[in-house]
Amino acid sequence: MNSRKLEILVGFFVALGIAAFALLAFKVANAGISGSGETYQLNAKFENIGSLKARAPIKVGGVVVGRVESISIDPKEFVPVVNMAIDANYLCKFSDTTSISILTSGILGEQYLGINPVIAADSAEQRCMGEKVTAAQDDAALDDLFGVESKALADGDYITDTKSALVLEELIGQFLFNQGSE
Amino acid sequence: MLDLFQKLGHKTLGRFAALGRSTQMLFGALVNMPNFKKGTPLLIRQLYMVGSQSLLIIMVSGLFIGMVLALQGYTVLVGYGAEDSLGPLVALSLLRELGPVVTALLFAGRAGSALTAEIGLMKVTEQLSSLEMMAIDPLKRIIAPRFWAGFISMPLLALIFSAVAIIGAHLVGVDWLGVDSGSFWSIMQAQVSFQQDIVNGMIKSFVFALIVTWIALYKGYDCIPTSEGISKATTETVVHSSLAVLGFDFILTAVMFTS
Repeated sequence: MNSRKLEILVGFFVALGIAAFALLAFKVANAGISGSGETYQLNAKFENIGSLKARAPIKVGGVVVGRVESISIDPKEFVPVVNMAIDANYLCKFSDTTSISILTSGILGEQYLGINPVIAADSAEQRCMGEKVTAAQDDAALDDLFGVESKALADGDYITDTKSALVLEELIGQFLFNQGSE
Repeated sequence: MLDLFQKLGHKTLGRFAALGRSTQMLFGALVNMPNFKKGTPLLIRQLYMVGSQSLLIIMVSGLFIGMVLALQGYTVLVGYGAEDSLGPLVALSLLRELGPVVTALLFAGRAGSALTAEIGLMKVTEQLSSLEMMAIDPLKRIIAPRFWAGFISMPLLALIFSAVAIIGAHLVGVDWLGVDSGSFWSIMQAQVSFQQDIVNGMIKSFVFALIVTWIALYKGYDCIPTSEGISKATTETVVHSSLAVLGFDFILTAVMFTS
C-alpha cells in the first residue's frame, strides 16, 4: 500500500476521533456552560437541608444562577450552613430581604435551592459596590417606608430568610399530632 | 512440602523477572531522543494498522451496544414514568465505563493479538536479531512506533465508540420507542459534566491503552521462538490484558467516581 493512501486513511481516523470528541463535549456534556465564569459567595443557614447535595443548582424562577459549593455544620449553632457560588453578574442585585428555600424537582427528582428575589434598591446596590451615594440618589423615602435601611447582598453575606426542606416523616408526625389533639 | 515452596518461589521470581524485562523493554523503546523525520512514517503505518483498521469493529459494536442499552434502559425506566432519563443513563454508562472498557477489550482482541503475533514471528524468523546485526535497535524501530500508535489510537477509538453508541441509543430511544428528542439531549447535557465524565473517561482510556499495548508488545518480544510459543503468547496477550483492564477499571472507578 502506498504511503499517500495510508496517510489519508490515518487522517480519516484521526478526524473521526476529533469529531467524536467535539460531539461528546458540546452535544452531550455542554462544555460551554459548566459554570467556570466568575462567581461570588453567599451563605444560608437552614434547619434541615433534606437531601441537598453539593453542586445542586440554585434557581431564580427556574433559571440557574449558581451552584451549591459546599455544605457544613455551623460549629456554634449546630445547624447546616450551605455555601453557594452565584454568578458574579448578580453581585449586589439581591436585597437582604431575599428569601431562599429548598425545593424538589418532580416527585423523585433532585433537590435544588430556589431564590425568591427581592431586588435591591439602587442606592443599596451602589453602597454595596462601594460607590458613593449622593443625597439626590438616596432612596431615603423607601427606607423610611420599611423602617429599616435596606442593604444588598455582597460577597460572603448570609441570606437570613430561609425555608428548610420538607421531610416526609416530620410532615406525617405533625399531621398525626394535629389529629390527636382534635 | 518443600517442593511446594520451591514452586511458589520459582513462580514469584519468574513473575518479577518478567516485570523487570518488560519495564526494561518499554524504557529502551521510549527513553531516547525522538527522531521525527524517521519516526513519523513508521508511526503512521502503525496508526493505520492498529487504529484505522480497528475502526469498523469499534463503530459496529458501539452502535449495537448503544441500541441495546437504550432498549433495556427504556423497558425499566418506562415503569417509573422516567423514560426521559434515558439520555443521561446511556451517556453516563458509556462515557464512564463501557466506552473505555469495551474499547480496550475489543482493542486487545483485534490489535493486541496482531501485535503479539507479528513481533513473535519476527523473533522466530530472527528478524529482530538481524536488525541488531545491522546496528538498528529493534526496540526503537519495531517496539516504539507500535507502542505510540496504540497509545494514541485507543483513546480516539473510545471517543468514537461512545459517540456512535449515543447515536445508536438516540436511534432506538427517540426514533423507535418515542422518547422526546429535546428532553433526551437536554437532560443528558444537564447531567453529564465535561471534567467529571468525559475527561475521566479519557484518562481511563489512556491507562488502558498503556496496559494493553505494553502487554501485547512484551508478550511478542518475549515469546518462546516456536510456533507453539507464538500461539501461547497471543492467547496470553488477550487473557492478561482483558483481566488487567477489568482490574484497573475497578481501581480507577473507585478513585474517580467515589466522593
